Amino acid sequence: MPGLKEVKNKIEGVSKTSQITKAMNMVASAKLRGAQMRMEAFRPYAGKFAEAMQKLSSGAGSGQPLMVAREVKNIELVVITSDRGLCGSFNTNVINKAQKLIAQYESEGKKVTLVTVGNKATRAFKRSGKVRRSVMDIMGTFQMFNARGIAEDAAQQFLSKTVDQVELIYARFKSLAAQVPTQETLLPIRPVEKDKAAEDSVEYIFEPTPAEIMETLLPLYLDVQVFHAMLEVGAGEQAARMTAMDNATTACGDMIKELKQLYNKARQAAITGDLMDIVGGAEALKG
Amino acid sequence: MAQIHLEVVTPAGSVVSEDVDIVTAPGTNGEFGVLANHAPFLTTIKTGVLHYKKDKDVKYLMVSGGFAEVSGNAITFLVENAEYGQEIDVPRALLAKERAVKQLAQEQAHAENINRILVTSALQRAMARLAAAERTKLQ
Repeated sequence: MPGLKEVKNKIEGVSKTSQITKAMNMVASAKLRGAQMRMEAFRPYAGKFAEAMQKLSSGAGSGQPLMVAREVKNIELVVITSDRGLCGSFNTNVINKAQKLIAQYESEGKKVTLVTVGNKATRAFKRSGKVRRSVMDIMGTFQMFNARGIAEDAAQQFLSKTVDQVELIYARFKSLAAQVPTQETLLPIRPVEKDKAAEDSVEYIFEPTPAEIMETLLPLYLDVQVFHAMLEVGAGEQAARMTAMDNATTACGDMIKELKQLYNKARQAAITGDLMDIVGGAEALKG
Repeated sequence: MAQIHLEVVTPAGSVVSEDVDIVTAPGTNGEFGVLANHAPFLTTIKTGVLHYKKDKDVKYLMVSGGFAEVSGNAITFLVENAEYGQEIDVPRALLAKERAVKQLAQEQAHAENINRILVTSALQRAMARLAAAERTKLQ
């Protein structure tokens, strides 16, 4: 049976941990609200952008160097994770997915390079020897220019034919409870599918020509996609942390309960022992 | 007077959403004005000052990087930055301008120089901010 003092210390330790996890849970939920608001604010921009691309895609899409698919020999994966840990299996899931994809592409004879975004991805792939570029400490800020840096770099690689395809790998924020590791093709840009309603739309005046507008918009479209992925990761990270910290707090509660039982047992045993001593001593004196 | 619905959207959210009389904006091929019931129109935007008039009230905004679309009596700007003249931090814009001018003098005068392109666009943004702030104050 462990000593009284030991158990008491342990209880104190665990309850302190539970205070921390509780606080982290609350911080995460506040941050999640912010992240969700940003996603909400970004949605009209992204939606309108896709709409305009649709209108332009008739005729203007062909011949854009960013849209030309070619035989894939070199493939680049942009793996996006959070900067910080303590968010359950959120990052691990994405990293596992990336590792599976790397193995798959390599078995197909393709050469894989990596761009890691976020400290967790960077650390996970540091020793793989495949990382071409790492971007760290940007996930908390949600700045469009961070996304642009990544998108521009990817476009350059693609245009210089160093890589033939660029994929984004990140966890999509499906709901509070579910963040799904997702793979999206960033480059070559696939022409946006036209839906039937847009088919018989009115004729537009384009200034400059549709092809020139397309040339300006395509790089912006890449920014939008990367930024969107980063927002999803930002919100997902906080949601995952909330769940993880909630679980941790519950686990702490269970542990404290068990420890308290143990403590009471130990205390009772000590009292019983003392009583035995007293009774034994009294009996001996009677003697 | 017939009005047109103006919408200015940035990645950080919607900046303007109201019915206005006339919108004037810096298109890539030059400044253009849009009144109510304009024909469908799509153009890219360069960094500069957008202004719109509503019941004699004129508002100036700095915009950069994006495009504008007119359809169904509404004009939508999708831009990276959009700031009202009165919200612009003038001392900061002045500093940015000075810094850009200095850097520009150092960079090689080569059209393909990536730094030069970046600095130039920073300079353009600073100038547009100053212009928007100036014109807001002047009216």
